[in-house]
Amino acid sequence: MVYCVGHNIISPLGRGSKENYESVKAGRSGLKRYVNRFADVEPFCASLFDTPQSFVSLCIESIEMALEECHGTIINTQDAQAVFILSTTKGDNLELLKPAQQIAHYFGNPNSPIVVSNACTSGVCAQIIAKRLLETGIYQHAIVIGCDLQTRFIVSGFQSFKALSPDPCKPFSPDRQGLNLGEAVATIIYTREPGEDNQKPAFWTLQAGSIHNDANHLSAPSRTGEGAYRCLMDVMEGFCPADIDLVGVHGTATLYNDDMEEIALERAGLQNVPKSVLKPFLGHTMGAAGVLETIICAMAAKDSNNTSQMLQVIKMLSGFGGVNAAIRIQCE
Amino acid sequence: MRVTHQIEISPTSVVLDGQTIVVEAVGDAMLVELYRRYVCDYPKFFKMDTLSRLGFVAAEILLKETKVDAVILANRSASIKNDNDYLATISEGRYYPSPALFVYTLPNIVTGEIAIRRHVQGETSFYVLDKPDDLDPIIRATMSNDLQSSNLQTVLAGWVECSEPNRFNAKLQIIWNN
Repeated sequence: MVYCVGHNIISPLGRGSKENYESVKAGRSGLKRYVNRFADVEPFCASLFDTPQSFVSLCIESIEMALEECHGTIINTQDAQAVFILSTTKGDNLELLKPAQQIAHYFGNPNSPIVVSNACTSGVCAQIIAKRLLETGIYQHAIVIGCDLQTRFIVSGFQSFKALSPDPCKPFSPDRQGLNLGEAVATIIYTREPGEDNQKPAFWTLQAGSIHNDANHLSAPSRTGEGAYRCLMDVMEGFCPADIDLVGVHGTATLYNDDMEEIALERAGLQNVPKSVLKPFLGHTMGAAGVLETIICAMAAKDSNNTSQMLQVIKMLSGFGGVNAAIRIQCE
Repeated sequence: MRVTHQIEISPTSVVLDGQTIVVEAVGDAMLVELYRRYVCDYPKFFKMDTLSRLGFVAAEILLKETKVDAVILANRSASIKNDNDYLATISEGRYYPSPALFVYTLPNIVTGEIAIRRHVQGETSFYVLDKPDDLDPIIRATMSNDLQSSNLQTVLAGWVECSEPNRFNAKLQIIWNN
């Protein structure tokens, strides 16, 4: 397992994980209707920053805030034992590697950064590869950043798929009409060994991760939820459904995704476990989603925990290319 | 970890396990030639973009007799050729966004194409990296025996790059865990 020693979210709902969590808890939504945001694009509903953001500056700001919050463990980003892992689907105006290199360079990191481009599962996959690289001793620290900004390219593409809801999305509702896109950056800092001199060394530990393909269709999920089901079974190994305290589902509010997730959750015996779905607050933030939603789920679990027991939280995602991913984190 | 088979494809050459395969066509046409010679029964090939065609034929030639547990690929320029093709459908004044092109504006689609064809329900992952060597530690970490509860035995891994029409290269390997 690996330890989360720092995290941050910057979204239209606020700057910092706490501000975002409090906003979601208070029921605030970043979703708004946009009529003339992009030329030719039909009106759409999304969670966007008020002013255009620079991809690289936004990521740097988020990483700096996450590093500041690192209690007990000093992370030296210039250390060859640290690696930068960027999760994004469309990057900085379609460039994926270049912004990752600029970010790593800014922090003086000598290693080639890793960009995870596994469609909408990227944010969970990035944490899984971080875990593997740390556990095998290839690196000591991983700075995992998830970021996507909305463009004419992305919105027109999702509209051409008829995947966007004109109104605020309604995940798992019978009358759901599709998804809303969102913009955000989120950072999680994982380390193999947290500082010893701290009473609370980590926010949570990442215990298990799994990625499976449906091998069924490129742009529609499996009718049996096969890949998602297999991911859930993998991360639940050694646990029964009653041991799981919260599942952060994908819940995009497209007809197919939510149906598929319901089937996969039921097959895994998780139908009665509390679920968290964040798209009505922050939209579908694509490459950021897995990172951002893991942080909020962990904070929600901690917030509601009035025992001294460890809680088991699962975060799951699915995406184009038939790919599914899930992680299990443990928090106090 | 050991490599049992390897294929390298450039616009003008195909080398399988160190042996050159003679091809007549070059560039995109060569991928079609390889499809006709080695696959033939999968018309969906013609709907694919170049990156997917490249990864697909390379995988088909390699996986004739081997079943893999996972597909882990990487490249440098993600799906940039497809991104540019899709951009052309939304240029101002000629706005007809194509869902068929949009789906290929993610580089991991090639891993999905291979998974569907070969029924790989294990892991599929795609990374964007500076150079092919950067994939080595990722593969090592992914195949490490200590971590995997699901026990990865064989992985199809490698580099599939296509930045412009007729400009591509691939180097794919079948890697065994012992």
